[in-house]
Amino acid sequence: MNRPIQRVAIAAIVLVVALLANATYLQVFKADKLKSDSRNSRVLLDEYSRERGVIVAADGTVLAESVPTDSKFKYLRKYPTAPRAFAPVTGYFSFVYRADRGVEAAEDAVLNGNDDRLFTQRFMDMFSGRDPRGGNVVTTIDPKLQRTAYRELANGDCDGPCRGSVVALEPSTGKILAMASSPSYDPNQIATQDFNEAEQAWRRMTADGAGSPLVNRATSELYPPGSTFKVVSTAAALANGQNPNTRLTADARWKLPGSGAYLTNDSDSTCPGSSGGTVTLTQAFEHSCNTAFAQLLTEKVPGDAGEKVAKFTSAAKQFGIGEDPAGIPMSVAKSSVGDIGEDLAALGQSAIGQRDVRTTVLSNAVIAATVANGGVRMHPYVVDRLQTADLRTINTTSPTAVNRPLTADQADTITGMMVDSEQNTSGAQSGIASKTGTAEHSDDAEAGDTPYAWYIGFSPSSNSRIAVAVLVENSGQGQNSYGGTVAAPIGRAVMNAYTGGAR
Amino acid sequence: MTSAPQGHAPPDPPPTSTGRNTELMLLVFAVAIVSTALVIVESAQGDGFSAEILKFIAAYAALCAIAHFIVRRFAPYADPLLLPLVATLNGLGLVMIHRLDLGSARSDELLKATERTNNADQQLLWAFVGILVFAATVIVIRDHRTLSRYAYTLGLGGLIFLALPAILPSSMSEINGSKIWIRTPLFNIQPGEFSKILIIVFTAAFLVSRRDLFTTAGKQFAGIDFPRARDLGPLLGAWVIAVGVLAFESDLGTSLLIFATVLTMLYVATGRVSWLMLGFTLFALAAVVAYQLFFHLQMRVAVWRDPFEQYDTYGYQVAQSLFGFATGGMFGTGLGSGRPNIVPFANTDFILTSFGEEIGLVGLTAIVMLYLLFVIRGLRTAIAVRDSFGKLLAAGLSFTIVFQLFVVFGGVSKLIPLTGLTTPFLAYGGSSLLANYLLLALLIRISNAAREPDAPKVKPKRKVEELATRMVQRS
Repeated sequence: MNRPIQRVAIAAIVLVVALLANATYLQVFKADKLKSDSRNSRVLLDEYSRERGVIVAADGTVLAESVPTDSKFKYLRKYPTAPRAFAPVTGYFSFVYRADRGVEAAEDAVLNGNDDRLFTQRFMDMFSGRDPRGGNVVTTIDPKLQRTAYRELANGDCDGPCRGSVVALEPSTGKILAMASSPSYDPNQIATQDFNEAEQAWRRMTADGAGSPLVNRATSELYPPGSTFKVVSTAAALANGQNPNTRLTADARWKLPGSGAYLTNDSDSTCPGSSGGTVTLTQAFEHSCNTAFAQLLTEKVPGDAGEKVAKFTSAAKQFGIGEDPAGIPMSVAKSSVGDIGEDLAALGQSAIGQRDVRTTVLSNAVIAATVANGGVRMHPYVVDRLQTADLRTINTTSPTAVNRPLTADQADTITGMMVDSEQNTSGAQSGIASKTGTAEHSDDAEAGDTPYAWYIGFSPSSNSRIAVAVLVENSGQGQNSYGGTVAAPIGRAVMNAYTGGAR
Repeated sequence: MTSAPQGHAPPDPPPTSTGRNTELMLLVFAVAIVSTALVIVESAQGDGFSAEILKFIAAYAALCAIAHFIVRRFAPYADPLLLPLVATLNGLGLVMIHRLDLGSARSDELLKATERTNNADQQLLWAFVGILVFAATVIVIRDHRTLSRYAYTLGLGGLIFLALPAILPSSMSEINGSKIWIRTPLFNIQPGEFSKILIIVFTAAFLVSRRDLFTTAGKQFAGIDFPRARDLGPLLGAWVIAVGVLAFESDLGTSLLIFATVLTMLYVATGRVSWLMLGFTLFALAAVVAYQLFFHLQMRVAVWRDPFEQYDTYGYQVAQSLFGFATGGMFGTGLGSGRPNIVPFANTDFILTSFGEEIGLVGLTAIVMLYLLFVIRGLRTAIAVRDSFGKLLAAGLSFTIVFQLFVVFGGVSKLIPLTGLTTPFLAYGGSSLLANYLLLALLIRISNAAREPDAPKVKPKRKVEELATRMVQRS
């Protein structure tokens, strides 16, 4: 019997070796993947009780910080400065809902300290016996401007609480100076260590009728840009042999080519300043005449239907419309002119920013900033610097030019048109170049649906320091809402707050 | 059948040392390890040292002392490693159960607040009862061979015990959905743990009583010698009842464990690999049929293949267990510094995960080595002991430990489907602890017999030239 017993002993060893081999596979080779699994709550528990880095505004104002607590977790994430105003920038860090918005999510690895660039710090902390800490994020946000933008937006002339967004850029660099979204939320409510409270707050924020406060309307939502898109259409025309003096129809109604449908000007009026039934491109721009722009793209731009559409689309793409957007570092929804095919009627409607054209507010701000920057499109960004916990800079974002959609002359031309456009807008202010937009967004427009009110502009009109885009979804004027009356005052207030211009 | 009848065996030289002092030293070492572990746990949990720590160390040291005294007094020649190995495992188990108690009071270790558990005291109580069972067994059973006389009684008792939960109403036999308990007002026992040992005793005795027939009689078919049905009948019958009952109670782990142990003993008795083949074939067939029949078996296999696919339901335990192991990594988070409480049943079925998280692969390897050492010493006893019953019994008892470890550890680490067994000596649970102390007592008893020198005889000093021819002594 001894020999079989010896073999049983060998079998016992084999079993144990199999167990240890499997444990080695699990704890050494597969460990990283399992550890980083989002369902592994240990990682989150660790991060939640670790000192996470701070998020600060450009001037050092603290937007998000981790404060030590005596309760069950070592640190509590706090948003000390105007949390609702800064929420679209900071996002939130919550135990229950983690970090999946704003800088908190986009720079999570730096903030929680796992980023490779923080290796040296981690290494030193390990030796000095410090608990691991996260790095800091310095944003490009001007805190005063951000507060102004949010206040102006939230207190705008709206039907109920305002829904909309304001984005302000520095044209020469692409720095995002302000990015407001309304209605907003208080990230403190979901960062609380009382998880029941966090869940209740979350339920309130996601409830029907709450107006989706968690959605960043500057980057995540796509809106028809309406007449503000005439800037892009004008750029397409200028690039294809047209000039400010190109004569265009001034008709109140204009039959779209290849279809029985008619396009009308606002209020069914003839374009102001017409002579002999035509206006110049400049006049059409100033007065935002729809029929003229439809004709500009469908008839004046040379080529067959396919070529016309291609020219329009490629001009739009130059401005980033239809391009896969790079993050800022938060992800941005992809703006698009839609599928126009070779349909000239569709092109005519797209030329005035309707039909399937959809842009984010950020993307529209980039269009304004590109004109303001002499035609060079800068990549927008919100993270200026990354730092270690002891404030050593580990990365600085340098401004990058994406491309040049406009020549300097073309940019000057459009700037001139926008300065004139501003002058034709109620409450006009000198020194500002702008374009308003009033976008229909559903088939119920006739039935009284409130159009979206847009305003894009920059100030001062030469050597401009700031470009803005404003969108208001639910203007208080109902069907008579206009970008010029609802969005423009907000945009001007924001620009003036930055430039110190007239009030 | 190679061992010679006892009377004819050449006498071993008397051991120069009985090993009792080695055992004592190793036990002191075990107490040191366990005390250190307790201190680390308490300091890592950061609530200051409580008086509990002294209570645990004192109680644990007392347990070791009692056990050592019993062995020294009643089984002086027993293997000196067996008791210290078990003491270390039991002690580490206590430390981890205490640590999980502490963790259960802290909400930052859990996602959802649960009731504070206080299992370490109970486990300590069970350990005391276990030592009593151990002492009683070592004292009462002076010679393990007496057991073979009651083999059928014990075997029958084991089967009845096993079947009781299936017969009793659910209110008296069901906990957490498994109908494998006997519930009494004072305590609950899991009869499968004890039946396992009784069935091993029965199998050993049965195989010994028929061992000649095993090797000689029977028909040959397909290259395998089959014994006559009436020789193997009782064994097959017992086995069918055991597995059948367990399948009915859906206690897969115990059923697999008993099957594998009996099969191994059959192999040890006959030395024929063909029996193993036959056993595996039967097992495979049974597994396929059971898989078709039982939903919970299909679920277990599905979870084994991908626990994350059904993360929110059936896969949750195993997935959490894998997270625990992975978080521990090579060296672990440190005792008391992990979050083992997240895993369901952290102090019973998944206690190895708790260790894996806090002491890592290195620590787990050490624990597994303690088991392997115990099993190898047990098998060594089987080889050393001279009677066939003792050999089979020791081999069966030893193998069942390593196989149980394999099923549990393999289950929680996704090597094999999870079946739900307790980790011997380590996991929280009275029945398991008692049964395994009984097992230890039997092994100690057998090893005592194996290492005990023959009754002092005056041995004539033989000269070298006489060694060529051996004197046959008549008894």
